[in-house]
Amino acid sequence: MSLFRVAIHIVPRRGLLDPQGKAVSDALHALGFSGVRDARIGRFIVLEMEATDAMDADAAVRQMCERLLANPVTEDFEIEGVHVIEGAHAT
Amino acid sequence: MKFGIVTFPGSNCDYDAYHAVIDQLGERAAYLWHKARDLEGVDVVILPGGFSYGDYLRAGAIARFSPIMHEVASHARRGGPVIGICNGFQILCEAHLLPGALMRNSGLKFVSKPVRLRVENTDTLFTHRYEPGQVLRMPIAHGEGRFVADRTTLDRMEQEGRVVFRYVDVHGEPTTEANPNGSLHAIAGIVSAEGNVLGMMPHPERAVEPLLGSVDGLGIFHSVLERVAA
Repeated sequence: MSLFRVAIHIVPRRGLLDPQGKAVSDALHALGFSGVRDARIGRFIVLEMEATDAMDADAAVRQMCERLLANPVTEDFEIEGVHVIEGAHAT
Repeated sequence: MKFGIVTFPGSNCDYDAYHAVIDQLGERAAYLWHKARDLEGVDVVILPGGFSYGDYLRAGAIARFSPIMHEVASHARRGGPVIGICNGFQILCEAHLLPGALMRNSGLKFVSKPVRLRVENTDTLFTHRYEPGQVLRMPIAHGEGRFVADRTTLDRMEQEGRVVFRYVDVHGEPTTEANPNGSLHAIAGIVSAEGNVLGMMPHPERAVEPLLGSVDGLGIFHSVLERVAA
């Protein structure tokens, strides 16, 4: 077993209205950042977890996202990185 | 008849539901603590409004893992009536007892005001005491009430008459202005495929006596009472 740090991005699905993202995008336009086409605001989750290897960790986190961390009806998730914190195996 | 009202940490409409059942319907009610593993023989389960678990992660996302929800799901599978109001609706969606999800209101604001609802289907366990197309007045109080589902799900629900309440204006029309949260198809309440699970964002338990400004919520309770008692 090794200890991994896994970062997960969860954002409202493209095509669904994200009123928070729209408000921020409008505010950015007001600041003069006219190039901003879209903003979506979601969550960033960092897990520390034990797993046999990085693949194992990735598979478990995928399940966590599908079953709890993201709502499959409204959100998309992306597992950004699986990094070893402690353990014999480097990824 | 006995109603079971589930109290999660953060529920705050459980007393309103209790009051509606005891004082307005004259029926029995029991509070069911979220950690309980027994429905105490209740006939109807109410998941009340509030902010269970502080709406952490997503509204209703954590509450659905409470031990009592296992019992509520079994009750629903046996055909037992379940009414989810506001946060209760959010929990039912997260628990997959109802389709879709409830997202942040399109206007970003928490909206607390009376709204008009049109009864879209009177052939359900919860609405048969209303007239078809009847317009009801009930309060809403939520920040995350925008009902969304994918196109296929929405079409199927519409075809099956599972959209039971829609937000409408004074003329009974579902206009954009009358939709307080941007819900797709102006959906305010739906039932499950089997028809025994109701989820709605408006609060019928706060529209049960003239003092509250409306008695239009009583129809839901009387409908279910009549069917379950029969």
